[in-house]
Amino acid sequence: MSTTNQGSSAAPAPAVDEALPDLDTGRSGGRALRNNAATVLVWLAFLIALIPLVWILWIVVSKGWHSVASMTWWQKDQSGALPPGFDTNIRGARHAIVGTVEIGLITSLIAIPIAVMTAIYLVEYGRSGGRTNARIARVVSFMVDILSGIPSIVAALFVFAVWVTTLQQQLVPICVALALTMLMIPVVTRSTEEMLKLVPNELREASYALGVPKWKTVVRVVLPTAISGIITGALLGLARVLGETAPWLFLTTYFQYLTYNPAASAGIASLPTLIYNQSGNISSPISADRVWGGALTLILLVLAINLLGRLIGRLTRVKR
Amino acid sequence: MGKRIDVKDLNVFYGDFKAVEDVTMTIEPRSITAFIGPSGCGKSTFLRTLNRMHEVIPGGRVEGSVRLDDQDLYAPGVDAVGVRRTVGMVFQRPNPFPTMSIRDNVTAGLRLNGVKGKKLLEEKTEQSLRGANLWNEVKDRLGKPGAGLSGGQQQRLCIARAIAVEPQVLLMDEPCSALDPISTLAIEDLVTELKDRYTIVIVTHNMQQASRVSDKTAFFNLAATGKPGRLIEMNDTQKIFNNPEVSATEDYISGRFG
Ligand SMILES: Nc1ncnc2c1ncn2[C@@H]1O[C@H](COP(=O)(O)OP(=O)(O)OP(=O)(O)O)[C@@H](O)[C@H]1O
Ligand SMILES: [Mg+2]
Repeated sequence: MSTTNQGSSAAPAPAVDEALPDLDTGRSGGRALRNNAATVLVWLAFLIALIPLVWILWIVVSKGWHSVASMTWWQKDQSGALPPGFDTNIRGARHAIVGTVEIGLITSLIAIPIAVMTAIYLVEYGRSGGRTNARIARVVSFMVDILSGIPSIVAALFVFAVWVTTLQQQLVPICVALALTMLMIPVVTRSTEEMLKLVPNELREASYALGVPKWKTVVRVVLPTAISGIITGALLGLARVLGETAPWLFLTTYFQYLTYNPAASAGIASLPTLIYNQSGNISSPISADRVWGGALTLILLVLAINLLGRLIGRLTRVKR
Repeated sequence: MGKRIDVKDLNVFYGDFKAVEDVTMTIEPRSITAFIGPSGCGKSTFLRTLNRMHEVIPGGRVEGSVRLDDQDLYAPGVDAVGVRRTVGMVFQRPNPFPTMSIRDNVTAGLRLNGVKGKKLLEEKTEQSLRGANLWNEVKDRLGKPGAGLSGGQQQRLCIARAIAVEPQVLLMDEPCSALDPISTLAIEDLVTELKDRYTIVIVTHNMQQASRVSDKTAFFNLAATGKPGRLIEMNDTQKIFNNPEVSATEDYISGRFG
């Protein structure tokens, strides 16, 4: 007799089948209720968390899109816009975009090598390189933890103290990059560390067993295996520090004109300081456009870097 | 090719834990030696001292001497990296480099040690893959990732990678334990062929395998968990399987163990 066939329910055999559903519904009735309640709660929490996000995006996009959508925004700086209302067609932010991207690049150039090498030391040498290395690694790891807790204003203050008070130098836009570097290093170090830990030990051993020295194993076997995650993590770290404002306010002057010179003593513009600079005058339509346009551009920039990170991650991922 | 290994009074430690105690044995050149024994008795640990892979593990250290022909591997001034070029190793789980193609996997040991020349590397690729009985299966897709092969093919790729650097000795730690019977037979045939050129040491839990491929068999055991493993008996494989001198060996082989 078939045990699964519904048509045979008239036969006397399914006595057990009848006993089971009773037992089941009795139990799963309460469980199903709790399950439904929990599902509703989770969804509710999710929607509540979504509200501010959607709200922010909605306001920024609705108020900023017409600035961002015009070519002037990307092509012109703020020259000709003084005195206020002088030329209502000029709402450019090229100077701020260039400043943000340029300082971001300099920050990456300094921070990523330091962070990746720190992570290599922590994972490849600290974990298996004898007592002294293990002790140094513990101290370094602790330092990275501390560094990741430093507020951006303190990082800026530190750069100010070293650059101006101790070295007696004039502030230049590179100082901002130095402060951002301090904020970026711990983020990238941690993400790189995680990626290196994911590389199976068997690959290192396979390489050693071929008579390949340790440093070459790290460079030619471990890094290529982890590179996709390292790049993604580095770009996420960059996206994370691009929106910082305190170092810009503290270490450079908002400069209204386009400049590519990171050592210009007149200062440099950035998207966060464009927003800050114009927000005092937000009742004027030009300034309001600049504020919301700047906010939207910053969001788009960070989004683009995030997407780029994921794309590179996907392209360089180890294929099977 | 193929060198003799002389181990004398070897103790192996993980930090303060002595994992293997007082091993003395001689492994003849161009022979196959099988290590058998219960799990945890230190076969892998001992095997890894023969190419100084043991010291890669934090706290790993060794007392005693291992001689390769006339050279003491643990003498001061001997470079562990150089030792590993002479004594190759194949691991329990196939571990091809995932970022490299089949071709690059085979020549990895050469390229990473600075050997250049397209022609030479190509010859080496074919020669090693033929040596590992894999050439016919992969010759049309040498540029494809090594990790895309089947488990048995991957293991033969690892063997090709190991023999491409032309070692004198080949250590294999349970090379077939992750493979099906057909792939296992393929590897056993290969090991028997490789015997003409290399000194081979193979760890196995498979008694039939030990008796099929090896000339000599070494039985390791440990008195109790937490105690160090010891070499109980080493002799011709025929003798070990038919007429062992120590009763523990017979108990283990006939399955009356523990
Ligand atoms: N990395 C390590 N650190 C500390 N102790 C270890 C380490 N690896 C192995 N040991 C210990 O050394 C002893 C021998 O282990 P080993 O792996 O050599 O056994 P084995 O004979 O190869 O066992 P199996 O047949 O299961 O592979 C065991 O007691 C084990 O717990
Ligand atoms: Mg083992």
